[in-house]
Amino acid sequence: MAETNTVTIRGVSKAFGRGDAAVRVLHDVSVDIARQEFFTLLGPSGCGKTTLLRLVAGFEIADSGSIRIEGQDVTHAPPFRRPVNTVFQNYALFPHLTVEQNVAFSLEEQRLPRDQIRQRVGEALEMVRMQTYARRRPSDLSGGQQQRVALARALAPRPKLLLLDEPLSALDLKLRKEMQIELKQLQAEAGITFLFVTHDQEEALALSDRVAVMQGGRILQMGPPREIYEAPTHRFVADFIGDINLLDGEATGGGVRVAGGQTLPVQVSRPGPVTLAIRPERARLVAAGTGVMDATLVHSAYLGTATLHKLQLASGGDFLIRQSDPVQAAPEKGSRVGIALPTDALQVLQE
Amino acid sequence: MNIRRFPLTREISLFVLAYLYLPVFVLIAYSFNANRTATVWTHASLDWYVRILNNPSIRAATWNSLVLAISAATAATVIALLAALATRRAFPGRNASETILRLPLILPEIVVAVATLILFVAVGIELGLGAMILAHTVFCIPFAYLPIRARLDGMSGTYEEAAQDLYANRFRTFRRVTMPLLWPGVLAGFTLAFVTSLDDFLTSFFLSGPGTTTLPVYIFSAIRAGITPEINAISTVMLVISILLVSLSFALTRLRR
Amino acid sequence: MTQSDTLRRIVLMLPALVAILLLVGAPLGLMGWVSLLEKGTTAGVDWGSAPSIGNYQRLVWEEDFDGTLILNTNYLVIFLRSVLQAAVTTLLCLMLGLPVALWMASLSPTGRAVMLLLVTIPFWTNLLVRNYAWLIILREGGWLGMAVDALWPFGPVQLLYNDVAVAIGLTYSFLPFMVLPVYSVFEKFDWRLVEAAHDLGATRARALRRVILPVAMPGILAGSLLVFIPCLGAFVTPALLGGGKTLMLGNVIQMQFGPSRNWPFGAAISVVLLAVMLLAMTALALWRNRRSA
Ligand SMILES: Nc1ncnc2c1ncn2[C@@H]1O[C@H](COP(=O)(O)OP(=O)(O)O)[C@@H](O)[C@H]1O
Ligand SMILES: [Mg+2]
Repeated sequence: MAETNTVTIRGVSKAFGRGDAAVRVLHDVSVDIARQEFFTLLGPSGCGKTTLLRLVAGFEIADSGSIRIEGQDVTHAPPFRRPVNTVFQNYALFPHLTVEQNVAFSLEEQRLPRDQIRQRVGEALEMVRMQTYARRRPSDLSGGQQQRVALARALAPRPKLLLLDEPLSALDLKLRKEMQIELKQLQAEAGITFLFVTHDQEEALALSDRVAVMQGGRILQMGPPREIYEAPTHRFVADFIGDINLLDGEATGGGVRVAGGQTLPVQVSRPGPVTLAIRPERARLVAAGTGVMDATLVHSAYLGTATLHKLQLASGGDFLIRQSDPVQAAPEKGSRVGIALPTDALQVLQE
Repeated sequence: MNIRRFPLTREISLFVLAYLYLPVFVLIAYSFNANRTATVWTHASLDWYVRILNNPSIRAATWNSLVLAISAATAATVIALLAALATRRAFPGRNASETILRLPLILPEIVVAVATLILFVAVGIELGLGAMILAHTVFCIPFAYLPIRARLDGMSGTYEEAAQDLYANRFRTFRRVTMPLLWPGVLAGFTLAFVTSLDDFLTSFFLSGPGTTTLPVYIFSAIRAGITPEINAISTVMLVISILLVSLSFALTRLRR
Repeated sequence: MTQSDTLRRIVLMLPALVAILLLVGAPLGLMGWVSLLEKGTTAGVDWGSAPSIGNYQRLVWEEDFDGTLILNTNYLVIFLRSVLQAAVTTLLCLMLGLPVALWMASLSPTGRAVMLLLVTIPFWTNLLVRNYAWLIILREGGWLGMAVDALWPFGPVQLLYNDVAVAIGLTYSFLPFMVLPVYSVFEKFDWRLVEAAHDLGATRARALRRVILPVAMPGILAGSLLVFIPCLGAFVTPALLGGGKTLMLGNVIQMQFGPSRNWPFGAAISVVLLAVMLLAMTALALWRNRRSA
């Protein structure tokens, strides 16, 4: 059967240090990345994203588990024998070589004929619109330009898989947004599988075909951005991505009874305490007594595209509602209001 | 009030600078003195420099010193480069290795010199240039090692990872990335090793056989025989060479990538 | 870190380790053995002689005609002089080096770099030549000698060939070894501590004593060791400026390997020198441990 995945990671674990000082950084991680997919590892700093990327690149070797690239087992292969290239976080452009020489590096190592090297270097630089800088040194370039050269250098050998470790984090906001779009276009054009690492949830949602949310060396949830955003399965995922309201409740036969409110018709496998999550834009502000529960309006902020209401629940907790309905006069501060929760927007979370 | 300034520290520092450099300047001044007695100043002359150029013993000693310093510094730099590449990252035995590398720096030179003399005589290594090259190589290793290690420490490992990522194997990575980025450190290390060997007196004193005097050994015996203006001149030459080379090495270590 | 990586690093390390162990470790071991042997009739060592501690005894006692041991203070005096010279030199280096390091720390970055170069250069220039320069200055009829004679009414003064000349030369030779480690501490020093001390009412002198010196202590101790050890084994300075009158251990060792051709005895003195050095280093290590504990 032909392999349809670019990358297959199976049960990979990794620890740093020895004996008692050993710290387990990755716990039994398994990931499949399809051909031409834009796959993102998302998680807070220190959760093991870079380590997983380095295992795929070959800079570290897994303690257990296996890694296959295009069907070939590379678990123990050195980096120079893997059909993979990396865009490093700080670019790692060779300071003693010109832009052109940097891009040609891998082609020379692959012993391509001279004219072919020249042609491929030209193409790669053209793809990132850096042809005019071919003879410059990396130190003469701005951060954004270095970023492009790093991309060109990694794409020149036409790898099966491109690894990108927070490639945009060193750029300022405006440039970052521009580069995001460019990256996405580049990926579509080149038809290369991307394994992308970021701690920026917006970036992850905007760019990816699929996202894996990591915490403490484990993958908590994996799926398309919409699914991650709208149907988080873990409290951590829900919390980490965007604003979210969390409600404590008690699962009973007929649904989940929210503390200080009604019972909602949500299906739960077994009874006991659960957490319900709902995005602020999915909840709606209604007249007191007509929603699932009542609350006090603390503050309303007009954001242009929407209005953000901050409510206080009877339990004392906060509740956010982002209402983008055409302007409707907001109730008085301090007044009692109701909260409507569409059942399909409710998400039951595991801890 | 500048809290870093303490009274008298400036005055003492200037005194110390004078203390360190005045003797050197006196020596240099005397080397240009035409007067034979070397105490009375008559007029400036380059006589003594011409004299040392034509002195066959000094020429032979200079030749020996150069051969010795180049051989020892080259060998020491190669050995130190390998050692620095090894100790760049942790491995079992790194601490012990670094302590051993530092040994030639800590031990009193005269003790190591006589001990080496005993060993060479015991195992039948003939005293002379070869023996000196062996001994000099060893005490030059730490001097070559330090700047190379410093350069490596200041060098991010991601360049080499990038090279391997771009299909260069370990050897090609070393040749195309590590070495080009490291060479100022290697050159600085070589320079320091060269100066250390060139200036060494004690080890050469014990290990030089008949007919293979080095410049410092020649100077020492010449001083023993009586102070002459030639000694001033040749000493000045040695000083100037050392100062130039050390400044070069300093400049190299400060060189950006 | 993989096994093959460890192996690769050990292989890279091998040339250095082999060179140092063969040409420093092995000689020192052999020297320890030779120090137990007797001197040879023609060569320096009688390799076949039975090992004994006779050479060490000879440092303190000497055999009388009738075989009784009587105290011989010759070597004890030289030993004590060496230790004393080394100690005095260390103290002088400290008294000069500490203010210099302190002043360097108060300079601009460029000033610091220049001073660093100025202090380092003597370290790299020929020790023999630099001591020779002092020989020119201090000798009879030299300009310093004449100046002193002119000011000193009680006849000609001998500046050279005494303990003072040797101390001047040693301090001159090893001063950079004190300045550099002390300065490296001040370079990283957090001067806000001094501000805090002033803020708490400490005068300059008390801030120096209670804040700066304690912080500089590791540098001071490292520097002291770096001065003390080579001083103890100094040969060139006492040979040139002491003129064979104020001998130090280094000169005695050289004599045993030169004119006296008594290698085992020279080896024994070298071993004693090493022992003193180890003692000083151990004391420092213990002090460090106690402080960090
Ligand atoms: N070479 C290493 N040695 C020891 N610990 C490491 C090493 N590399 C990473 N770690 C640790 O592993 C954890 C995960 O690191 P990393 O993969 O870089 O996280 P992320 O990229 O998600 O921020 C961190 O706690 C980090 O300190
Ligand atoms: Mg990271």
